[in-house]
Amino acid sequence: MESPVEIVQHTAGGVIGLSWLMIVLPLLGAAILLVLGRKTNRWGHLLGVAMSLASFVVAVLGFFALIGLPDDQRRQAVHLYEFIPGMVDMGLLIDPLSISFALLITGVGSLIHIYSIGYMAHDPDRRRFFAYLNLFVAAMLLLVLSDNYVGLFIGWEGVGLASYLLIGFWQFKPSAAVAAKKAFIVNRVGDFGLLVGMFIIWTSFGTLAFGDLGAKVNGVQDGTTLAIGLLLLLGACGKSAQLPLQSWLLDAMEGPTPVSALIHAATMVTAGVYLVVRSGAFFFPEGSTAALAVAIVGAATLLAGAIIGCAKDDIKKGLAGSTMSQIGYMMLGAGLGPAGYAFAIGHLITHGFFKADMFLGAGSVMHGMNDEVNMRKYGGLRKYMPITFVTFIVGYLAIIGFPLLSGYFTKDGIIETAVHHQPVLGWLAVAGAGITGFYMSRMIFMTFFGEKRWDADAHPHESPAVMTVPLIILSIGSIFLGGYLILSNTLMKFLAPAVGRPTDLPVFHFASVPGLATLALVAVGAGFAWFRYGRAEVPVVAPRGSFVTTFARRDLYGDALNESLFMRPGQWLTRIAVFFDNRGIDGVVNGLAAGIGGTSGRLRRLQTGFARTYALSILIGAALLTGALLLVGNI
Amino acid sequence: MSSLWLPILMVVPVLGAIVVALLPKGSDKLAKQVTLAVSLVVLVLTLVMAFQFPSASGDRFKFEAVYDWIPSFGVHFGVGVDGIALVLIALSAVLVPIVVLASWHDADGVRTADGTLITPKRSVKTYFSLLLVLEAMMIGVFAATDVFLFYVFFEAMLIPMYFMIGSYGGAQRSYAAVKFLLYSLFGGLLMLVAVIGLYVVAGKGTFMFPELVGVIQDPATQKWLFAGFFIAFAIKAPLWPVHTWLPDAAAQAPAGAAVLLVGVLDKVGTFGMLRFCLELFPDAAKAFTMPIVVLAVISIIYGAIVAIGQSDMKRLIAYTSISHFGFIVLGVFAMSQVAQAGAALYMVNHGFATGALFLAAGFLISRRGSPHIADYGGVQKVAPLLAGFFLVAGLAGLSLPGLSSFVSEFMVMIGAYSSTAFGSGALSVAAGISALAVILAAVYILWMVQRTLNGPTAEPVKAFKDLNVREILVLAPLVALIIGFGFYPKPLLDVINPTVTQTLVNVQVDNPAIAEKGAGQ
Amino acid sequence: MTTQYLILSGLLFAIGAMGVLIRRNAIVVFMCVELMLNACNLAFVTFARQVGNLEGQIIAFFVMVVAAAEVVVGLAIIVTIFRTRRSASVDDANLLKY
Repeated sequence: MESPVEIVQHTAGGVIGLSWLMIVLPLLGAAILLVLGRKTNRWGHLLGVAMSLASFVVAVLGFFALIGLPDDQRRQAVHLYEFIPGMVDMGLLIDPLSISFALLITGVGSLIHIYSIGYMAHDPDRRRFFAYLNLFVAAMLLLVLSDNYVGLFIGWEGVGLASYLLIGFWQFKPSAAVAAKKAFIVNRVGDFGLLVGMFIIWTSFGTLAFGDLGAKVNGVQDGTTLAIGLLLLLGACGKSAQLPLQSWLLDAMEGPTPVSALIHAATMVTAGVYLVVRSGAFFFPEGSTAALAVAIVGAATLLAGAIIGCAKDDIKKGLAGSTMSQIGYMMLGAGLGPAGYAFAIGHLITHGFFKADMFLGAGSVMHGMNDEVNMRKYGGLRKYMPITFVTFIVGYLAIIGFPLLSGYFTKDGIIETAVHHQPVLGWLAVAGAGITGFYMSRMIFMTFFGEKRWDADAHPHESPAVMTVPLIILSIGSIFLGGYLILSNTLMKFLAPAVGRPTDLPVFHFASVPGLATLALVAVGAGFAWFRYGRAEVPVVAPRGSFVTTFARRDLYGDALNESLFMRPGQWLTRIAVFFDNRGIDGVVNGLAAGIGGTSGRLRRLQTGFARTYALSILIGAALLTGALLLVGNI
Repeated sequence: MSSLWLPILMVVPVLGAIVVALLPKGSDKLAKQVTLAVSLVVLVLTLVMAFQFPSASGDRFKFEAVYDWIPSFGVHFGVGVDGIALVLIALSAVLVPIVVLASWHDADGVRTADGTLITPKRSVKTYFSLLLVLEAMMIGVFAATDVFLFYVFFEAMLIPMYFMIGSYGGAQRSYAAVKFLLYSLFGGLLMLVAVIGLYVVAGKGTFMFPELVGVIQDPATQKWLFAGFFIAFAIKAPLWPVHTWLPDAAAQAPAGAAVLLVGVLDKVGTFGMLRFCLELFPDAAKAFTMPIVVLAVISIIYGAIVAIGQSDMKRLIAYTSISHFGFIVLGVFAMSQVAQAGAALYMVNHGFATGALFLAAGFLISRRGSPHIADYGGVQKVAPLLAGFFLVAGLAGLSLPGLSSFVSEFMVMIGAYSSTAFGSGALSVAAGISALAVILAAVYILWMVQRTLNGPTAEPVKAFKDLNVREILVLAPLVALIIGFGFYPKPLLDVINPTVTQTLVNVQVDNPAIAEKGAGQ
Repeated sequence: MTTQYLILSGLLFAIGAMGVLIRRNAIVVFMCVELMLNACNLAFVTFARQVGNLEGQIIAFFVMVVAAAEVVVGLAIIVTIFRTRRSASVDDANLLKY
């Protein structure tokens, strides 16, 4: 196995030296839109799109500059400035891994920016929406381009903030406000892991920069690296909605649909995969316990997400369950060492295309259906929205792994590698693919086929070109990208300088046992879906369903679990603490004050104002004094 | 060789206070303008001084000036600044003009959006001259290099603040003011005993700090004197369990006074721990580290949990500050370069962040007339600017990376985690537990944001006007500083770091460089 | 002889003290105070005679002078109180309390 550790970083010049522009341009866009406020309402969305496109151009130029360099120079460092003196400098690391992400983020991001012009056309706050989108792009780029964990963490929280702002974009809806808060807080649980992980990294290795860690860790695996790995995994679980921190993603669908496409499908939620792959050589090497934990989390989540996806009637939540599941595949791949990285990243990129395609398609459907999200009230829409239908079908075929489409290559790659390295997890992934076939087909049949089940006031129509053109571009990517990346190992060779690669390059088998099993299961799943939702009539009101259906509808009781394990005890703890503070600590203080006050109040009563009482007390006092002196015998 | 910088910095606001107080009746507006002008002059002078700091002469203390005050007891009027004192003086100088602008109408009688009077009209001149007197004292307390002079400023600061809370505060102002005064006086008297003890035991015939460093050798004596200083500073900071005066005082004080109270006055406590407790009594400080770290961690978690349960905005912010002060104390006693520099930086950043949060909350309260979170809802819809500033200030309160408070909190925690000053994992455990506060912080801030800014707009909120120019001028500089230092904290750290190194040398922590980097090097 | 004088002095003092404690009329209380002072004078003079020096005698004069001054002020106060409150009872003048 070739390790990335030995590859030296080169100080970048030229176009790569200017890659900080990628981050600064959208950040500037966000700043202008937020500071100038309403004055920019008229052209704000155009500025947002322009900044995102400019960033994309810089990324493309950087990409070509990078592939123009020989393999051993493809780790370019861009030093920016001293951040915390003696600890960490701000700098960018432009290597194949980060530039792949940058291309995905700015490319898909720009398409979604363009799409949003149409989607948000009637929203009075469209300018603010674009400001947040630009902020997101900047933060996400900082996350993937930083050359150290602190910069990554700043971007990490920056995308969290953008996600919070965008989920809660329609904050006047209490459900949106609650969902936004929940997303942020659950993510913070993951951030706790990432923070403590950084503490240990710094304490043990004295550096937080990716470039220096390789030599410091030097392939040694012990309790420390395992602890770091597990803590980083906790962070990744939070951001990527993996078990046990998955619960926020479904609620996050409260945000506008382009947000769900960009942040909660294509880019931000994959940051956890990025973190694992980026730290892979140090803390998740092939065969380590930490890597196994990553793979297990991935496998568990891919099944959980798929099961949730089967029971949702809300088209966006169905897609969200599917996102969880697909990221589970990526995590599974990322837990398999360099052999899996290329497939994980490949799936991440193709998923970015086909899932964004489907989310935007769902948005297009909602746009034509008065923002209705309940698939039971769709039906037969293929005639009314032909472009949306065709692009959605392409995304659908890609995600279920229809041969020769993008998802086929990348997902199959993960499954085969998993079966090879971790057979149990691998076959679970095969099962997950079958469920994917079922729930995605269900979604297609309920939305585009069958009878009309619309409300009376729905007038479905195709969306304007500004929305359909991005759909078309994304679906083209969904068709061809996977084959390009995986066949002849293009991506694996490209990524090797950053993440290493297995000594024997894999050969893609079109007729392997797991591959054929996957296809068979997908066909069974799709057939079952047709049987239930294509051939039979879909009831407008959801039937009660079995115990399993309820289980899936309730998101596998994830919320209930969080509520009874954390929220309620937390509320009690808070109440007890407040009571203790008011009555306990402050009670002691105020009690002391009241005690002193009360005592003096009582002693005061001795001053009766009767001269004769005073006289008596003087007499008694004198007598006592005399008596005392006599007793002592000093008189 | 004495420099006039610091005496001038103190004299200017005092003169300003006298002028404001002597203005004829009915010249309220002029009083405000004079105060603002004077505080801006002080700000400019401070900034000029700060820029000269790196090149100024002096070993540790620069701009030193020492005059005899009570020669028979060796008391000097001795002033001078090191890096930490400089940034704290700069913090005060920045906050005062902002507070002046923010409190522009606080003494005029505040009316809510629907016209109800929530605080009656009071003397404007008195308020603003008190503010200037307070500024002089805040500068004095950080600049004092004579322990006795420090004590005098430490106690004298209470007086203007007592009147600002007691005469200009909310409904329960006198309760809060008396509680604040009694708590502080109690601590101050213990400190006075320790100051006199220090003078007597040292036997040097002087109160000058540089001459007292390293003089007390006997461990038992160190412990007693340390306790006297530490209790005073712990009350001031405030540290759990002597914190209960802060929520009352901060909630009852007018927003501007609350900013100075929490933003600057309380920092005297942590500043005093760093300078006096550690450097004068290094052995005692090391002996007491573990109990103090435990108290700090309790403060961090407990403050955050109690903050979640508050229904009053200003009390909530006060409890978050208790949590943040826990971080500062943890950083001070972690005895590593990174953690102490982080703690010093935290003092500054917390001043900006909590200042912005208090002021934004104050603007909300002045519109609605109620500090209760439940009386709000949907502010974002009617006053987006106010809501935006409130959100950014809140995010600074939860130490969002990219904002200044993150840098300091991160440094404190990572410095404490990696500190091997005592060769124990206890500090690592403390840092790990305190990292839980990042989750709790998100809960208390975002839940407050959700209940005030988001959701359907409450009926009385609909009449809200968005921020006016004066209010924007109050919040914008703070937010700019928060974001600026969030991405580029180096200027502050470059000033702070040498002083921290000096402190660690005086505390005789074995080779701080190794203590900070850890065993993996 | 000394013993008898001292017993007389003690008796006078006790009578005076009891008068102060029991009687309400300010004038009577006042006279009882005078009685106590004179009992003391008697004791001073007795001891001075027994010891054979003059200090006790001198103190007795001092006491008399002070008593005279006290009479002036005290009576003035009593008369004033009687004028304003129509009462010379010491128990009625209890405003200075708590």
